[in-house]
Amino acid sequence: MTTASSADTPAVVTEARTEPRGRRFTAGPALAYLRYVGGKLAGAVVSLFAVLVTSFFLFRIIPGDPVRTMTHGRQVSAEQLGSLRSQFGLDLPLWQQFTHYCGGALTGDLGTSYQFHAPVGSLIAEKLPATLLLTGTAVVLYSALGIWLGTRSAWHSGGLGDRFHTGLALTLWSVPSFWLGLLLVITFSVGTGPVPGLFPTGGMASGDTSGFAYVLDVAHHMVLPVLTLVAVQYAQTLLVMRSSLLDEMGGDYLTTARAKGLRDAAVRRRHAVPNALLPTVTMLFINLGHVAAGSILVETVFSWPGLGGLFYQALSVPDLPLVQGLFVVFAGAMIVMNLLADLLYPLLDPRVGR
Amino acid sequence: MTTAAAPGNDGSGSLAWARRRDSLARFWRAYRTHRAGLYGLAGLAVIALIALTAPLTVGGNIQSVTSAPGSALESPSGQFPLGTDQFGRSLLGLLIWGARISLAVGLLAAALSVAIGTLVGILAGHYGGWLATALMRITDWFLVMPTLVLAIVLATVMSHSVWTVILAIGVTSWPTTARLVRAQTIAVESRPYIERARALGGGHRHIMSRHVLPNVMPLVLAQTTLGISNAILTEATLAFLGLGDPTVVSWGGMLQDAREAGAVSSGHWWYLAPPGIAIALVALSFTLCGRAVEAVLNPKLGVR
Repeated sequence: MTTASSADTPAVVTEARTEPRGRRFTAGPALAYLRYVGGKLAGAVVSLFAVLVTSFFLFRIIPGDPVRTMTHGRQVSAEQLGSLRSQFGLDLPLWQQFTHYCGGALTGDLGTSYQFHAPVGSLIAEKLPATLLLTGTAVVLYSALGIWLGTRSAWHSGGLGDRFHTGLALTLWSVPSFWLGLLLVITFSVGTGPVPGLFPTGGMASGDTSGFAYVLDVAHHMVLPVLTLVAVQYAQTLLVMRSSLLDEMGGDYLTTARAKGLRDAAVRRRHAVPNALLPTVTMLFINLGHVAAGSILVETVFSWPGLGGLFYQALSVPDLPLVQGLFVVFAGAMIVMNLLADLLYPLLDPRVGR
Repeated sequence: MTTAAAPGNDGSGSLAWARRRDSLARFWRAYRTHRAGLYGLAGLAVIALIALTAPLTVGGNIQSVTSAPGSALESPSGQFPLGTDQFGRSLLGLLIWGARISLAVGLLAAALSVAIGTLVGILAGHYGGWLATALMRITDWFLVMPTLVLAIVLATVMSHSVWTVILAIGVTSWPTTARLVRAQTIAVESRPYIERARALGGGHRHIMSRHVLPNVMPLVLAQTTLGISNAILTEATLAFLGLGDPTVVSWGGMLQDAREAGAVSSGHWWYLAPPGIAIALVALSFTLCGRAVEAVLNPKLGVR
């Protein structure tokens, strides 16, 4: 079927067909997997370097003089401007700034924020836990919800429940997250009509409580932002789970399982779902990669003290080192999570392992 | 399929058109069976009609702050069915006018993104070799970039205008299309009729434009429809963050105005609710259409 017409595809196809088997006997699967890991690691390193380069040069295009921004509204002499410039290394040629920047980034030094006069690294480290808590919780919840509803929808596809859940999920998916957040604030925080302000908004905790009371307080503050994120995001997991389970449902092995006399629930739980979960697992990792950057809007709407809010603050100045640092962290999280997904996938699905 | 019209034959033009008309009719017959897709199409028709007739129904000076008819932040009334904004402009009028910009940005940004994706995908799929490696590395790299962050950064870096927003969305959202189109191109090019075309002396350009492009077009169409709802949501997001064109009324911009006017803390839900519902309706309509198109092209998906 495949002739020499297109140069690279047939080669790929034959390689995929013959080599894994051959390799498995000669070099062993462990070595093949190591080789695969090496390739993926190298790719991730290249991507990370590309991110460093982009973040450095992209933000140099932002119009405006950073030193002027820093001293905005204050009387400063030309010497003071000059000393600020050399303090932040802005008087050096661009390529020297770049090598300094890369060297710093490798040692974990992302520069000093113009706005807060503090190291970017520690600013990010300070805000990271809040973001991880908020979006991490949301990812776990919406993935679980999506997998559960997606399984049910596919198993009874075409039924009333399937149509209802798919329709609802698609509708919520089309809703802008910040708008849903604002409506929830109006309804449950400000209170409309008979509904009193049930949930607090703004920040992560209201008073100086400690111990268990503090945990409860934070959880109370998290309800609305997490609800917003889950409502807007669960559709994707649901749809992926639904379509991959529908793909599996024609499989002969399910007929075999049924012929063995297994109950419907057991066929679903033990045979169909584990196979259908594979694409969903990949998506879970990609969603985890989004965790750092995924909630810029929700954090802004609920004044959640996390990285998203920090990014927005940094952009409006613009606070170059901080924006750069956050960009590297956001993209880095994506790259690392993609790498993990790539590394995990052959372990979960031996058909992919080479 | 294999009997592609030979170039130079006089009858080939009408024959090709007849075949295209046939396949279009077949497509429509299959599309008609997807009820959700029909709802989406009906929704789009209504919204397009509203947007196109806006100059007649509300008129362009609805945006004017100086000649606003009402007083600031009125509640819904007979004269202003949705109330007024902080400048005394009718919110219903602004909502109707905003449909124009949201649709225009959504369509153009999705078209740009799909055009880039299709070009990159076909080139990478057709030529292979180092060009494909380089193009796909760039694609993969864009794929791991946090799209919204990149779009926000681009919109910040460039001047605030509608074109900036279109560019920022288009340039950041093409990689998925590129990968799909590349896979499809490789599949198409492994078929015998491509070899035949090559044997008859068809060059790279001929094969890409006459054989590969028509075959990836349906896929591209589905991608575009799905991409539009994404683009509309991103446009609203950028406008809400204050990165849109400040001189044009858009739904996202209305939400930003509402937030700045304190609609949230004073509980003015009638100011906030309509633009969001409008965004959701348009995005949902495009999603429903896109899914129906996808289901027609790839029945295995089992979408109903």
